[in-house]
Amino acid sequence: MNAALQQMTEPAMPLLTVEHLTMRFGGLVAIDDASFVAQHREITGVIGPNGAGKTTLFNCITGFYKPTVGRLTLAAADRPPMLLEQMEGFKIGQQASVARTFQNVRLFTGMSVLENLMVAQHNKLMRASGYTFLGLLGLPSFNRAERVARDLAVHWLDRIGLTHLADEPAGSLPYGDQRRLEIARAMCTEPVLLCLDEPAAGLNPRESAELNTLLRSIRDELGIGILLIEHDMSVVMGTCDHIVVLDYGRKIADGSPSEIRSDPAVIRAYLGEEEE
Amino acid sequence: MEYLLQQLINGLTLGAIYGLIAIGYTMVYGIIGMINFAHGDIYMVGAFQAMIALMIVGTLGISWVPLQLAIMLIVALVLTAAYGWTVERIAYRPLRGSTRLAPLISAIGMSIVLQNYVQLLQGPRPKPVAPVIRGGFALTGSDSGFVVQLGYLQIMIILLTVALMTVFAYIIAKTSLGRAQRACEQDRKMASLLGVNVDLTISQTFIIGAALAAVAGMMVTLYYGVNDFFMGFVAGIKAFTAAVLGGIGSLPGAMLGGILIGLIEAIWSAYFSAEYKDVAAFGVLVLVLIFRPTGLLGRPEVEKV
Repeated sequence: MNAALQQMTEPAMPLLTVEHLTMRFGGLVAIDDASFVAQHREITGVIGPNGAGKTTLFNCITGFYKPTVGRLTLAAADRPPMLLEQMEGFKIGQQASVARTFQNVRLFTGMSVLENLMVAQHNKLMRASGYTFLGLLGLPSFNRAERVARDLAVHWLDRIGLTHLADEPAGSLPYGDQRRLEIARAMCTEPVLLCLDEPAAGLNPRESAELNTLLRSIRDELGIGILLIEHDMSVVMGTCDHIVVLDYGRKIADGSPSEIRSDPAVIRAYLGEEEE
Repeated sequence: MEYLLQQLINGLTLGAIYGLIAIGYTMVYGIIGMINFAHGDIYMVGAFQAMIALMIVGTLGISWVPLQLAIMLIVALVLTAAYGWTVERIAYRPLRGSTRLAPLISAIGMSIVLQNYVQLLQGPRPKPVAPVIRGGFALTGSDSGFVVQLGYLQIMIILLTVALMTVFAYIIAKTSLGRAQRACEQDRKMASLLGVNVDLTISQTFIIGAALAAVAGMMVTLYYGVNDFFMGFVAGIKAFTAAVLGGIGSLPGAMLGGILIGLIEAIWSAYFSAEYKDVAAFGVLVLVLIFRPTGLLGRPEVEKV
């Protein structure tokens, strides 16, 4: 699909609309009435001091938690909007096409790099193979699906520069490579919304610069939306089109990087109040 | 020497059967970290399905042996797989996410339920089955005093096991179901985020395990010619031993453990006493667990601090 056509079929709604999201754990309010939107083909940064509720927000979006109050609407092109808070966990990946990574690396360490990317394409392969049992008969449609999946996996390996390590166990890769492999694996699910939880954590400056390039190219070439939690301001300011700032579960600011940089509420949250 | 060879053949046949059952234990343990104590009884159900299929085939007047065997195999495989699926669905899935002990107790309960169910329907007495495959090769001449027999049935059991293991290894290593199973084994949450339907994958694991147990049940029906409702208990414990011996969670380990247990039993009964063959099998397990707690092919679990 070319870009112009995609533009036309995009619904008028933003990609992700978060309305009055509240998440309580007993007496603790992790997210307090937060509302914001993430637009199509934009990188939306979610920043805030530790404990601000950023990861909880991701857990609500990807179905780990059921929000106490609020609505999460995902409106992708060519399909009716979906209410994420009402969907079962695995269906958010399977049907709503939301992919995510975690703060800590969660690759399938015992499987090869290529297999990690193939697992991400499990659904279409299962459908093509008649839930495997028919696939054992070696029907051509199954082999074709397997080949297409492998091509996509190899495409992403090329992009992150790990083609030569395709058959190595994922757990044996250096940390920076594992981080990029996680993003590639998330992309192999062909998501419409990619949620990245601190992808630059533990990366050196050169690696975070590479990450910036990768994220921008995903946004520009594939036109998907990215939701990015990050503490590394070089990544946030270098990639985000739009930034949402949380503090103690409440949204305290929302705007372009330059607006956020000079927002007094943000400065207060990060640096504390100046004494009179 | 001839006597030993004969025992090796017998042990290998028995070991193949144990190995097929052991796969079910090790696979389920791998994916949900639970010992499915009802698996031995699933095997027993498989043996009964095969027996009933054989009787029906007999009354229908089908006497061509390959067709008889094929019908037995398919009936036992499909029906037993359905039992395996049902057990998982009603006894284990509702307990997922509760303590580790709950599904274990539920499994023991399921085992008792299946035994009593078959006892009720089929009666408590052992059921004889007429031999279907007779004869075999004599490997040594009678002049040496002892004739080593390799039965056609033994050949069939070993070949069928090898074939099933090949298909099975292919499923695990190369197909998307196998990949999903291995992914669920390592990190169920992450697999689910990538869109893998974890419940469905676990169901499929139970179906495959039960199908392999059904084949084992059918082969035992043909080999020993007697079925009773309690047969799953000892066979199940033996296969479980085989799985632990090989390293629980490891598929080649389950097969290796099965063959070892079969050989130990056969050789012990031949040279020492048949009454104590179980002691020998479990004794080896104790030794292995003392010196190699993760089993022969199991990887040690590295706990991160």
